[in-house]
Amino acid sequence: MTKPKRQSRRAVLVIEDGRTFQGTSLGATGETVGEVVFNTGMTGYQEILGDPSYDGQIVAMTYPHIGNTGVNATDIESDRIRVAGFVVRECSGRYSSWRATHSLDEYLKEQGIVGIEGIDTRALTLHIREKGAKKGIISTVDFNYESLMNKLFKYPGLVGQDLVKNVTVRKSYIFRPGTEPESPADYYTYTPGRPEQEADTGPEGQENKHYIVAVDCGIKYNIMRIFSYFKCTVIVVPATYSYAEILSLNPDGVFLSNGPGDPQGVPYVVQTVRELLEHQPELPIFGICLGHQIQALALGGRTYKLKFGHRGANHPVMDLATGKIEITTQSHGFAVEGFQDESGTWHITDCDELEVTHLNLNDNTIEGFRHKTRPVFSVQYHPESSPGPHDSWYLFRRFIELIEQRKTAAVGSTA
Amino acid sequence: MPKRTDLKKIMIIGSGPIVIGQACEFDYSGTQACKALREEGYQVVLVNNNPATIMTDPEMAERVYLEPLVPEVVAKIIEKERPDALLSTMGGQTGLNLSVKLAESGVLDKYGVELIGAKLEAIRKAEERELFGESMRRIGLDVVRGSYATDLKGARRIVEEIGLPAIIRPSFTLGGTGGGLAEDMDQFLEAAETGLKLSPISKILVEESVLGWKEYELEVMRDLKDNVVIICSIENFDPMGVHTGDSITVAPAQTLTDKEYHRMRDASLAVIREIGVETGGSNIQFAVHPRTGRMVIIEMNPRVSRSSALASKATGFPIAKMAAKLSVGLTLDEIPNDITRKTPACFEPTIDYVVTKIPRFTFDKFPDTDDLLTIQMKSVGEVMAIGRSFKESLQKALRSLETNRYGLGADGREITDLENLEDKLKRPNSQRLFYIRHALKSGMDEDLISEITYIDPWFISQIKEIVEMEDRLVKVKSQIGLTTDLLRSAKRLGFSDRQIGHLCKMDEIELRKLRKGRGIQPVFKQVDTCAGEFEAHTPYLYSTYEDEDEALPTRRRKVVILGSGPNRIGQGIEFDYCCVQAAFALHEEGYESIMVNSNPETVSTDYDISDRLYFEPLTLEDVLNIVEREKPEGVIVQFGGQTPLKLAIPLHNQGVPIIGTSPEKIDLAEDRERFGKLLHELKIDHPEYGIAYNEKEALAIAAKIGYPVLVRPSYVLGGQSMAIVYDDSVLKNYMKTAIDASLGKAILVDKFLEKASEVDVDAISDGSRVVVGGIMQHIERAGIHSGDSACVMPPLEIPPELMDRMREATRKLALALEVKGLINIQYAIRNNDLFVLEVNPRASRTVPYVSKTIGVSLARLAAKVMIGRTLDELGFTEEPEIKHISVKESVLPFVKFPHVDTLLGPEMKSTGEVIGLDRSYGISMAKAQMSAGNSLPTSGAVAVSLADKDKHHLLLTIRKLEQLGFRLYATTGTRSFLTGHSIKCEPVFKVGEGTPNIVDLIRENRVDMLINTPIGEKSQYDAKAMRRAALTQGIPYVTTTSGALAAVEGIEALLKEELTVTPLQEYFK
Repeated sequence: MTKPKRQSRRAVLVIEDGRTFQGTSLGATGETVGEVVFNTGMTGYQEILGDPSYDGQIVAMTYPHIGNTGVNATDIESDRIRVAGFVVRECSGRYSSWRATHSLDEYLKEQGIVGIEGIDTRALTLHIREKGAKKGIISTVDFNYESLMNKLFKYPGLVGQDLVKNVTVRKSYIFRPGTEPESPADYYTYTPGRPEQEADTGPEGQENKHYIVAVDCGIKYNIMRIFSYFKCTVIVVPATYSYAEILSLNPDGVFLSNGPGDPQGVPYVVQTVRELLEHQPELPIFGICLGHQIQALALGGRTYKLKFGHRGANHPVMDLATGKIEITTQSHGFAVEGFQDESGTWHITDCDELEVTHLNLNDNTIEGFRHKTRPVFSVQYHPESSPGPHDSWYLFRRFIELIEQRKTAAVGSTA
Repeated sequence: MPKRTDLKKIMIIGSGPIVIGQACEFDYSGTQACKALREEGYQVVLVNNNPATIMTDPEMAERVYLEPLVPEVVAKIIEKERPDALLSTMGGQTGLNLSVKLAESGVLDKYGVELIGAKLEAIRKAEERELFGESMRRIGLDVVRGSYATDLKGARRIVEEIGLPAIIRPSFTLGGTGGGLAEDMDQFLEAAETGLKLSPISKILVEESVLGWKEYELEVMRDLKDNVVIICSIENFDPMGVHTGDSITVAPAQTLTDKEYHRMRDASLAVIREIGVETGGSNIQFAVHPRTGRMVIIEMNPRVSRSSALASKATGFPIAKMAAKLSVGLTLDEIPNDITRKTPACFEPTIDYVVTKIPRFTFDKFPDTDDLLTIQMKSVGEVMAIGRSFKESLQKALRSLETNRYGLGADGREITDLENLEDKLKRPNSQRLFYIRHALKSGMDEDLISEITYIDPWFISQIKEIVEMEDRLVKVKSQIGLTTDLLRSAKRLGFSDRQIGHLCKMDEIELRKLRKGRGIQPVFKQVDTCAGEFEAHTPYLYSTYEDEDEALPTRRRKVVILGSGPNRIGQGIEFDYCCVQAAFALHEEGYESIMVNSNPETVSTDYDISDRLYFEPLTLEDVLNIVEREKPEGVIVQFGGQTPLKLAIPLHNQGVPIIGTSPEKIDLAEDRERFGKLLHELKIDHPEYGIAYNEKEALAIAAKIGYPVLVRPSYVLGGQSMAIVYDDSVLKNYMKTAIDASLGKAILVDKFLEKASEVDVDAISDGSRVVVGGIMQHIERAGIHSGDSACVMPPLEIPPELMDRMREATRKLALALEVKGLINIQYAIRNNDLFVLEVNPRASRTVPYVSKTIGVSLARLAAKVMIGRTLDELGFTEEPEIKHISVKESVLPFVKFPHVDTLLGPEMKSTGEVIGLDRSYGISMAKAQMSAGNSLPTSGAVAVSLADKDKHHLLLTIRKLEQLGFRLYATTGTRSFLTGHSIKCEPVFKVGEGTPNIVDLIRENRVDMLINTPIGEKSQYDAKAMRRAALTQGIPYVTTTSGALAAVEGIEALLKEELTVTPLQEYFK
């Protein structure tokens, strides 16, 4: 567990509005550009690093000690680190966890991720809070302000960009968990599936209950782990899959995954979903995060960019049907537009078919909706957690119930 | 859910006197609860017998009962007040146990009082280990293996099954009293026997040892809609085996991955639901095996606790306040987050700093006790510090402790006793951090240290970074060598100017100048519950070395109040009470109040109390930083006890405006020589004295003024290292040890006035008018520290002429010292002669007690005087006259220190105090005794063993006992004296004389009270055994003649009068 002391090497973070932070290099040396955002979770840096929702983003952790538990082989959420860059107040020189295999610094280096440490991350957070999420650049090689600003100027940012193409799988595959977990919280009993596997077309094994096609806009492993726990087979397909291709897999339900960036940057996925909705009114569809936004767009809704987004593991969301509150994991910079009418009821703008089911209590943004007549619903946050609280796993159950209802209804109608 | 409208009047039970395991954190929670419920429109009936609390201020509740916290008395209050509900979760274990008793005895049902917060069923499930274990297994959670025994045989059977080492925990005791670890069978049987005795229900838990496992706590809140949130996670630096109250703890948890943390969170949610705590906060403790990750639940407290107070201060989320609101039916989403205002309280706070809590111990007060930390709590207070790294917060916490350390060593006060280093690392003790530092400095491997101590390697490596910086600094040869980068790095690791100065051979102020010259200054950041995600509206601040400052001082007229730091014996809640009163006063006068303190348990560190709160160490460096940033009109140093007082002159020298009595005059009162001259000029008598800097001088003074003499270092509080000395040899010994405790300052040698009675006077002065607030007569004679002595107000037997002389002397002294604010004077009266023993031109320990007794807040008036108001303007021009009698009794911690004698002396040992209020002395005394846990018997047997010198003095008292129908037992000498005076008494042996002896009698519960006055100044072994037995058995015991007189008077009153209850407010109608 002891490792040689890291050499402290200068690094700089420059924000597009000119704010500059001087620190030292963390992880790989070099340069990286992205949208600078902050995450307020106190645990889960390893999961955050691997979450494809962060593609194109330089993530700053607000908690000052990061890396305390190193990294391990199992707490990964995709096959590699996805953040564009990483910012921490202090990365632990020594880590302590009985599961850890490497230090955070080693992990970042190995994957070529450029980071910075030793800066006033709270000042950075307040800056983003006041000015909004902005483009930024971390460099350990170029300290010329003009030159860095120039590079930033050339970087297009996230709005309207298709980032999904960076993270979606190229070929479809079936997620195979190593062993069946007792509970998805029992991390040590299973290993993640291997991506890029050939898609399996037929049913396999007695245990399988349902086939779920997951449209991969940047899916996290824990989503699939939870589906596996519920005895579902997940077929992960590229975001570019057409309506016909998805249908050819004969799914019991379609899952629209989380993912990075602006939903308006992926009109092709929106189109696919629109067709699914049009032609398969009985098909259960569940979307989260980017998938939720895509679903809203497909149904005629609108999305907009939040000032600095929601990223953390402590956001209170109310289930409007029960009045109960769940503490959720969030990582999104865009949101679905909604409004509250005079009677106090919430609506999705321009979508009369939808009913708002979940609301963020911090800022009253839309957190979830369901279709009034079809087995279609979605949430803005991350019910699969990892990192974060497990309060929202019930949504997976809810999705499976919809699938089962449909199957029962089908059996009923043929009988 | 809207709040309940069927409830109108709610009773809150406080936690009573400050004891080890239950301190001012419950004043904080109780005060919050009162405020929260009244804010929602409920009437509050409060019961608490601790006069030094803010919660018992008459304006905190509609009805405040300063009455004994015993079921019979509280039942009377319920009968009188008819509350609709009883909130059971605010008064610590005392409040909870009392609520359980009231529920079980049917009192609550009889008067239709609903238990809110936690229901009886939930309390039982959480508190009774068997039920708890069952519940945990039902929800599939792992618990420590073990079970209950009600006798030794059963205990042995269990240990044979689970193996040794094993832990023994008695049921229903406070702060783990009587618990212990046994490594072999002999130890086990001894511990089991003690445990069985200590448990009020004669039940002990025997369980497998999880010693050395990682220890965590989660603070959980639940509302009636079943929303559950975690407010804070806490990781114990000291692993399992050290009581969490005695552990260094850190928030948030540092060494858990997200997966492990959320497994713990899931478990916590399941636990609070299964136990069925409907509303409010609970604390759940876990142990995690460091190599396998096996997680077991240790316990759950279904109430607010010391940890919840810490969690509230650590996160800015006020748990007790929220718990009170949830108890009346509000839900988390309906309550706004105070700090962000725009977001609701139903979220999980996230923080962007590290919080370290370090307990404060007073082993020096109990020389017979080993500095060994176990599962039985021994600390008397704690500090908390906030930093942007663990290292910074650790060093800030260490210098907050006021143990003359300025960080993790490197301050010129290193431990020199370094033999058996491994053993010192292995056995948890109050100095272990410093031993770890030394081990690292001497090159011991980090992993080895971790192996020996079981402390997580992450913490050890953090400490190593501090030590490495120290090594770099010590190599610095000149001011130029101390580069800006190096200096800045050191500051970021929490090094104080004092430490860096020591290492680089500069004094603190010199270094400060150099540092500021280099542009290295701290910034202040906000505690905001949300890591900066939302704007915060409460200026709750801490310092750190970063880029951006968020203090943003206002342009209002403002005054800084310096708090009293960690609780310790001699300086506790009383001073926090005064500081809070000062904040109230400033608010009333339209000033901005700025509080500086480092104690997380207190009301003063509630961000609701003052306009701005700086959670900072009370050292010159840290206070100067705040003063320079805020630029206040004045700084108040006279309310926080010795802590801020020590800073008065250094702050003054740096140009800080100290308001109230000037630092020079405060200093003058402490300076024996100059003060002696002043007394001489004023023609006020004082005992003869001298000042010694070495043994020779001390002996010479003693020879001149004659023995006995009272010796002590100057500038101490609570009589630390104070002793009464009768001969040269003892004086020589004393001087050897005392020179160190005095830190090079003088040793005072006073003539000790034997058999004198002592009187305390608290007064207030605005510089031209002096008004006495109260005159208290001590029950114990001179020689017992005033903090340990019971006292009565108004005095019972002091001639009016002497009272007037005291008033006059007080007036003269206050004017001569140009007091602006409070002054406390201790007088001794002997044969109609009046002597001044001590003058303290500042708030004294008795200020809250006097304030409660007279119905006027002296501290609040004093704060107003300090900002320029006159007593005339404030309408306080005459000494208040009271028609009732108020008795103060002290509460002692001996039960926590197994090998210590229970005798009182000139060094203060009590941790807290209670008040007894009524119309007659006897009943007030009886109430005070009842409150102090010495409920006086009204029938049965009294064992008497008196020193020869006291026999005549107590003859009438003993006779009175006989007349009141008590059976008497007496030891041989005492018996022959008593029978000689025709008092019937049965013989009993002293220890070692035969059986059954007096200790057997006590242990067999055949005695209801013990009167034992010691023979000399040193206790005898058998007498000590007898007093310890009484203590363990929980029977009242008296060790002074005056105490015996008072006790018997109380007994007589209990037999002849009815004990009634009266709210404080009624005394001042």
